[in-house]
Amino acid sequence: MKVLIDQDKCVGAGQCVLAAPDVFDQRDEDGIVVLLQEYPPAELHEDVRQAARICPALAIELDEA
Amino acid sequence: MTDTIPTFPMTRAKGCPFDPSPELTELGEKGPVNRVRIWDGSTPWLITGYEEQRAALADPRISADVRKEGYPHVSESGKARRQHLQAFITMDNPEHDVHRRMLTRDFMVKRIEKLRPRVQEIVDGLIDQMLAGPRPADLVRDFALPVPSLVICELLGVPYADHDFFQRCSSRLLNRTVSAEEALAISDELRNYLIKLVAAKDAEPADDLLSRLVVEQLRTGALTDVEVADMAVLLLIAGHETTANMIALGTTALLQHPEQLAELRETEDPKLVANAVEELLRYLHIVHSGRRRVATEDIEIGGQLIRAGEGLIAAGEIGNREQGAFEGDPGELDIHRQSRHHVAFGYGIHQCLGQPLARMELQVVYSTLYRRIPTLRLAVPLEEIEFKHDMIVYGVHSLPVEW
Repeated sequence: MKVLIDQDKCVGAGQCVLAAPDVFDQRDEDGIVVLLQEYPPAELHEDVRQAARICPALAIELDEA
Repeated sequence: MTDTIPTFPMTRAKGCPFDPSPELTELGEKGPVNRVRIWDGSTPWLITGYEEQRAALADPRISADVRKEGYPHVSESGKARRQHLQAFITMDNPEHDVHRRMLTRDFMVKRIEKLRPRVQEIVDGLIDQMLAGPRPADLVRDFALPVPSLVICELLGVPYADHDFFQRCSSRLLNRTVSAEEALAISDELRNYLIKLVAAKDAEPADDLLSRLVVEQLRTGALTDVEVADMAVLLLIAGHETTANMIALGTTALLQHPEQLAELRETEDPKLVANAVEELLRYLHIVHSGRRRVATEDIEIGGQLIRAGEGLIAAGEIGNREQGAFEGDPGELDIHRQSRHHVAFGYGIHQCLGQPLARMELQVVYSTLYRRIPTLRLAVPLEEIEFKHDMIVYGVHSLPVEW
């Protein structure tokens, strides 16, 4: 699984950080998403899928090919 | 020809204060998108389907701009206030993101986590006072309202001593039956109060959100004093009304589900508490007047063509109870259900900015109140509780409790 984030779309709701705190964080200066792991391990995949699903700004894309 | 378009909002059934109106549920069963008639005679589209709401609210061809023709206002006073609502909740992009990002730092998860010990202190202090005071107590007045009110005041830098004033203002503004004149007068009063406070912060900045807006946005010319004041009004109202209603209504609901309340009281697991918060947000969906938008282009939602200029209302209380969208029976409260994907905070770019704060406050409250007062119970029968049918945000007007 490869995770792609779009910082321009992010609205800083914090949903991804609550869903998958080992993969997503928020920038100190403005709360915008930062990616901690581009290729998260398998045990985090379900949390990352949830993060992508609940992101209100559609700022997280997953490449699971 | 008889008019078959149903009127929105619809009343809840007697004796079922936690459930959406049965007419509304029935309408949702007909299909995910239906016409309704609202107070001014206009007929916007009501979106009840869970996925359809998410699709609509995340679509950039849908506008939140209350000044646009066709926007389905919640009431006459809501329409009258449209010139007053210049904050980011009524802006579209790119303007919206610029304004929202002035505030996202203050509400990010890790900053909100740092406030948890202080919120715990506030919650414990109010419970101490309630336990030492007369019985029955009014849980709304003595606890549910002061908790978020104190927290947002400290965060913003608004003197809590003025709480009678702004709590009265916000409860009038959230009443659907308030006249346009009164709503405008109150909006002016609140704006002027905040403008004075903005000037005071400009003279002597403190360590609070309002001061930071003054230093970073007002002094640089990015925002005017009226814009800073309006932003603060929005945060002040949103910051205490919604959470207060979730505390009091959530407690009322939990008292009707004693086994789940007991589990919440006994648990040492913060994950179960957090899960219960999400489930109560889903189940109660207090924003029961719908999230309102207007289409700026022709779009199709749930197989229905919606024309540019037509209004849309997303009924989250139906979406949040959709069979198939949530595991098990979404009509029931189950604090073990996985319900994180609810739409209680909305969806799309306007999803609640303060949600990390609301979540944290509710987690502290639900994990403390029932533990500190294990025998907490209603002091009157449930039938005598006055629910907020006439308010934009649902809840209880007061909640007499005993222990």
